[in-house]
Amino acid sequence: MEVKNASAGTLESGDILIQIFPSEAEGVQIDLNSTVAYQFGEQIKTVITETLSGLGIDHVAIKATDKGALDCTIRARVTAAAVRATGKDVWA
Amino acid sequence: MSLIEAAAAGMGKKVYHESNKTKDVTPRLNLQKESGKVVTLEEAIKRSGLKDGMTISFHHHFRGGDKVVNLVVGTLAKMGFKNLKLAASSLQDVHEPLIDHIKNGVITEISTSGMRGELAREISHGLMEKPVIFRSHGGRGSAIANGDLHIDVAFLGASSCDPLGNACGYSRSNRAKSICGSLGYALPDARYADKVVILTDNLVDYPNTPNAISEHDVDYVVEVPMVGDSSKIASGAIRDTKNPRDILLAKQAAKVIVNSGYFKNGFSIQTGSGGASLAAVKYLRQSMIDNDIKASFALGGITAHMVKMHEEGLIDRLIDVQSFDKVAAESLKNDAMHKEVSACEYAAKDEPGAATHYLDIVILSALEVDVNFNVNVLVGSDGIIRGAIGGHPDTAEDAALSIIVCPLLRGRIPCVVDEVTTLITPGSSVDVVVTEYGIAVNPRRPELKERLAKAGLKIVDIVDLKDRALKVIGKPAPLPFGDKVVGIVMNRDGSVLDVIKNIVEPK
Amino acid sequence: MFVPGNNPGMMQDAFIYGPDSIMLDLEDSVTMAEKDTARLLVYNALKSIDYGNTEMVVRINPLSTPYGKKDIEAVVKAGVDVIRMPKTETAEEVVEVEREIEKVEKEIGCLGRTQIMAAIESALGVVNAYAIATASKRMMGIALGAEDYSANLKTQRTPGGAELLLARETIVVAARAAGIAALDTVYSNLNDMETFRKEVELIKTLGFDGKSIINPRQIEVVNEVFTPSEKAIEKSKTILAAIKEAEQRGSGVIAVNGKMIDRPVVLRAQRTIDLAIASGVLTKEDLQ
Repeated sequence: MEVKNASAGTLESGDILIQIFPSEAEGVQIDLNSTVAYQFGEQIKTVITETLSGLGIDHVAIKATDKGALDCTIRARVTAAAVRATGKDVWA
Repeated sequence: MSLIEAAAAGMGKKVYHESNKTKDVTPRLNLQKESGKVVTLEEAIKRSGLKDGMTISFHHHFRGGDKVVNLVVGTLAKMGFKNLKLAASSLQDVHEPLIDHIKNGVITEISTSGMRGELAREISHGLMEKPVIFRSHGGRGSAIANGDLHIDVAFLGASSCDPLGNACGYSRSNRAKSICGSLGYALPDARYADKVVILTDNLVDYPNTPNAISEHDVDYVVEVPMVGDSSKIASGAIRDTKNPRDILLAKQAAKVIVNSGYFKNGFSIQTGSGGASLAAVKYLRQSMIDNDIKASFALGGITAHMVKMHEEGLIDRLIDVQSFDKVAAESLKNDAMHKEVSACEYAAKDEPGAATHYLDIVILSALEVDVNFNVNVLVGSDGIIRGAIGGHPDTAEDAALSIIVCPLLRGRIPCVVDEVTTLITPGSSVDVVVTEYGIAVNPRRPELKERLAKAGLKIVDIVDLKDRALKVIGKPAPLPFGDKVVGIVMNRDGSVLDVIKNIVEPK
Repeated sequence: MFVPGNNPGMMQDAFIYGPDSIMLDLEDSVTMAEKDTARLLVYNALKSIDYGNTEMVVRINPLSTPYGKKDIEAVVKAGVDVIRMPKTETAEEVVEVEREIEKVEKEIGCLGRTQIMAAIESALGVVNAYAIATASKRMMGIALGAEDYSANLKTQRTPGGAELLLARETIVVAARAAGIAALDTVYSNLNDMETFRKEVELIKTLGFDGKSIINPRQIEVVNEVFTPSEKAIEKSKTILAAIKEAEQRGSGVIAVNGKMIDRPVVLRAQRTIDLAIASGVLTKEDLQ
């Protein structure tokens, strides 16, 4: 799928800023900066990867700046960034 | 042998011989200004006999505005001192320069109530060879008094001091530059240290009155441009929190107090400085007015809120080990019913008259509470030191009713957990935990639980609170601790409570 | 309680303050540029966050905008309790929204689950209040949106609320005639709790079932005003007990303390008890 640079989210507490860039490399590369990295770093990366694969997106680099977002917020922000990057909405 | 000689011999004393020296006839006004105690910092250090390996001490009454620690340690470094032990009542963000002094071997051991910022982060990652010793304020007082913590030279900042060493946390001079109010945490140092150096930014005429520290305990007086930035203690005005979660927690805490059985005429209370616990005082104030109940004393870090209630006649006396804002500091200066106490008189376990022994209610905050009611206020849930023990374990153990107020979640960080990262206040001291999801009562206090439930408060099992938190945030991964001990937590009775291990950054 | 749909922190926390209903907003509090992200946030929040027994409402964008249809799809799929239509002026608009809801419900197999609340925010809306209130069997309530309404009237809001009186009365009458709830507008000056309290007292007297709020700090006032007094609760309990007893005896005539009890008195007593339970001063067990 064609992907352009896009982002979604904020740096407010409880939110996450997702920036998405096209990439040559296979799969999804994630550069994560999180206030809860020790306890939830792996979990956040898993949610990002699963959300993107659910949308059929790979060959992207993700820069994620997390301020303690819950999984549901991460899913929403990743989906929004992906929709903006591909121009293909998830709603009919 | 004359009778005089016989009397002297009997007492092992000499007989007086008239001296042929003449009196110093300088006008005394001049003499007062020329005390031999007034010297430069370098001179004071030299004369104090400080040697490598000795212990130096500091107080933290200027909190983030402190200028003394960095000035003195910087000077000691320049003079070539090594392997010094730093015993502070607490350390703040502003003490980041200590990192370089540690790396250069000037400071090799630290004892303190807490630390924050970059210094705390580096130490958590293993900056020091020897672990930092953490004590509560009461515990530090005891340790200094009983010799566990021997201080060779104390460097104590004061907002006024006369040339003889009568020092105070405020000044009545119109040339006053700073104010910190109570010098409570500095008083054990002044009394027990081998040598005491007062640093002041307001050298006043003898005699400085009143004095918190007596000339009797002071060896040298050093005039410096500034001992502390008072504006960084806390803002002066009473600021009501607008955070709805804090307000919710505060209202619940106030309801707990009102229905606890301890809300009676003449009760005594202490509160922490967090938003929720300050706001709790506001709601408690209304209940005190409505029920015509007055408190005998408020203790601790005194705040503008407490001063206001004292001035309204709701609190008879204020007992102040540390003034939390400028309003409190001014009140200590101007109000005779606002009493200054030392750390020992405040909260030492072995001081019979310590005020905490006579405390009914304390409201405290927490970084973490576990299912056994143990509390951590020192180490963040990320394993990094980011707080201070303060008087937490002292007041929790001594008060008839200790209430912990904390949100269940701070962002994705849970505050009610299976086991605290670091044990600071044992669960046996903690009676009630107030969260936005309900109130948990320690099973050791069934009568309290019954009273609160009867009053219609939402009582929950602390295990349910922990489960609820995990349900919202998911299961946190274990912290990446290494095997090196970077901190030792002392209980207030001098026993070892817990250790803090280093954090190893994951690759 | 209104909660902006683009603020994850607030959406996560809202229910701890104990509102009866949380309204996540996709309309006025969300800028055009963030409509897509807010919709996804609300969708994921509704799906994941345990809001307990709190009624979940989402205020969608009007169908006349490019967002309305997608909003309906997202929130119905997420299982929202109530969709709030903004700026409703005619019954046809309700029917249109109902059609969109049905489409999505059919797709996911939960026909009839989603209810509708309509906000009336214009003179035309007030004139059509009864038609709007009865436009769909999904209608659970109508609400006043005072800011847009007073602008539409070419006036502004005042502390006394004289400019809103006709709209408020019309909405209550229409709601009662249709057998659904009547909900009042928000009051946005958080620092003036006294005027807020007077407004809540006024709308309670007018017959409203509740008040919309913008901040948890307002909850306590609404609850205090709407919570019946102990005396009223006791009296209502006595009346309802007398009814029950009369029914068991098969007697048609009921008297309490020598006074005849007729149907309006019974209905009022029942409402008092319902309010007491809703405001937490009475539990169902207390009635046993």
